[in-house]
Amino acid sequence: MTAPTLKIWLVHLGLLAVLAAAFFVLPSYHATNMARIMVLAVFATGYNIAFGYTGLLSLGHALFFAAGMYGAGLSGLPALPALIAGTLAGGAAAVAVGLLALRTAGVSYMIVTLMFAQAGYLTLLYFGAVTGGDEGFVVPSEARLILGFDLSADAPRYAAALILFGLSLLACLVLVRSRFGRVLVAMRENAERSRMLGYNPYSVQLTAMAISGLYAGLAGAGYAVLFGYVGASFATIQYSILPMLYVLLGGAGIVLGPFLGALVMFYLIEGASSLTTAHLFVVGVALVVLVLFAPKGILGWVRGRIQSNGGATWLP
Amino acid sequence: MGDSAHPPHPIPHPNPRCRPLSFGPFLLLALLEGTVTAAVLALTAVGLSLVFGVMRVVNVAHGEFFMLGAVVAWFVTALLPGPTALVWLLALVIAPLIVGMVAIAADRLILRRLHHAPEATIVATIGLLYILQQAALTFFGPDARPVAAPFTWRIQLPWFGYSGYKLFVVLAAGLILWGVWFLMTRSKAGLIMRATQVDRDTAQAFGIDVNRVYTGTFALGAGLAAVAAVLVVPVQQAHYLMGGDPLLLSFIVVIIGGLGSLRGTLVAALVIGLGDGVISMVFSPTLAKIIATLLVALVLVFRPQGLFGAKA
Repeated sequence: MTAPTLKIWLVHLGLLAVLAAAFFVLPSYHATNMARIMVLAVFATGYNIAFGYTGLLSLGHALFFAAGMYGAGLSGLPALPALIAGTLAGGAAAVAVGLLALRTAGVSYMIVTLMFAQAGYLTLLYFGAVTGGDEGFVVPSEARLILGFDLSADAPRYAAALILFGLSLLACLVLVRSRFGRVLVAMRENAERSRMLGYNPYSVQLTAMAISGLYAGLAGAGYAVLFGYVGASFATIQYSILPMLYVLLGGAGIVLGPFLGALVMFYLIEGASSLTTAHLFVVGVALVVLVLFAPKGILGWVRGRIQSNGGATWLP
Repeated sequence: MGDSAHPPHPIPHPNPRCRPLSFGPFLLLALLEGTVTAAVLALTAVGLSLVFGVMRVVNVAHGEFFMLGAVVAWFVTALLPGPTALVWLLALVIAPLIVGMVAIAADRLILRRLHHAPEATIVATIGLLYILQQAALTFFGPDARPVAAPFTWRIQLPWFGYSGYKLFVVLAAGLILWGVWFLMTRSKAGLIMRATQVDRDTAQAFGIDVNRVYTGTFALGAGLAAVAAVLVVPVQQAHYLMGGDPLLLSFIVVIIGGLGSLRGTLVAALVIGLGDGVISMVFSPTLAKIIATLLVALVLVFRPQGLFGAKA
């Protein structure tokens, strides 16, 4: 193992160890918050693969999240197979959207993904008899058992969220450090030049979307199983904006960025909610400020500041 | 079925107090409602289309400018004394001015600093959407509030009475659209805007202050949305979440009509407005929206110049 590789693994495994230890320190309320943040970080990590590494600015990821959520919630399966069903549903939705949307680029791609997600949300409302519409439904408690552990209790829920997040984080780390990960970055930087080098942008981008959709599906299914609620509100535009916000805040194209963004944003909104009811304002101002003054996010800024030893190579 | 006096299965009127209408008058009512929708939609969508055409900016906060127009109209009519018609007319002048000033501030403080880069401005206008929505929720409140119509004449048709104000909305929207067309094709300002649209760099080389053109276009687009809102608010009520539908429908109209094409936008507004009126009354409004959103996505994928736009 070369020195930077060792450092990279130490940093990422170190974060997971800290999160594991945190459960024994945090009060119950914050432990539940952290479980929620970790599930949302899985979602944002998937978004980062599409946006941060491949350069696909999607406004339709709520559809893939909702596909995972309803795939798990409506399947009637026990928790573990439900998670798998939801993950596959998210991936399938992303491939279906990608097949058409990737024929466009830039602003058109954003609008096409937005419109497909909106059509998906309206379809959930239209078939309200099955999906529960805006009110949604509660996941039955027998579908929230994993290997005999009840996920509605604090400790199993936190452990399950940590395992989901840990696996997602390490898989992302391996992916972006692989050959294919460098091809993704090449697509982001210059799709035409990559084409000239013999890579097909369409199939590379479609693969990135599929992986991103699998992450979103896993997060949606995880949310349903861990927190026991499925509803159409998770398919609204807001749930496409949130992962984008987390990624922009934490640092796009950095493996740890989405988690940091989710953590900071969650407690920023939480803090604002105790002062005023104006939490939408916090989201709006955060978006504007980020895009104006800090387009690289927190970790991007950190990476830019550290110049010694060839820069922060431990932040891939 | 025709419009015979006793059709076998009369379609029930949405308003249960009315006698069931036979198919002919029912279709007439649906078409009238569709025309009102189309007129208001055309005004809103032309604003979005101008901003996209000239600035290449997709303004996600356009629906919130519409909402802001309605909210300002409520404040003006509620706070100022005087006859209903006069304060409403004042609102029609004040609302677009205030909304236009908000747009100028947004362009100066945010969009110009981003050099109007397409993807960054989408993210920024999403942020603006949340900020404006929250401002309306905080200062205006969560309730829907009515604004009195400037007059309440009804036109009595043989089958049903119809609001004279709604017909006035169609007339007024037509006049304003004619004004926009005149501005764009017959005035110096329009010439400068079109020059900027065609080639920003060359326009700049000829001494046009492109940044000022952008600010003016953004304010004009926002002002048109506000005017549309003041026209429609007496028949719809003001609410802080009312911007969603106009935004979605304007998007649909602008994309199907061809991005940046004014004529295409007008034709599409008429088709979508009438279609929405008829489909929503005969089938479910949700189904109409599903079809429309999917149509937009497919048009962008397979026919990016729009259904009615000329080949780019």
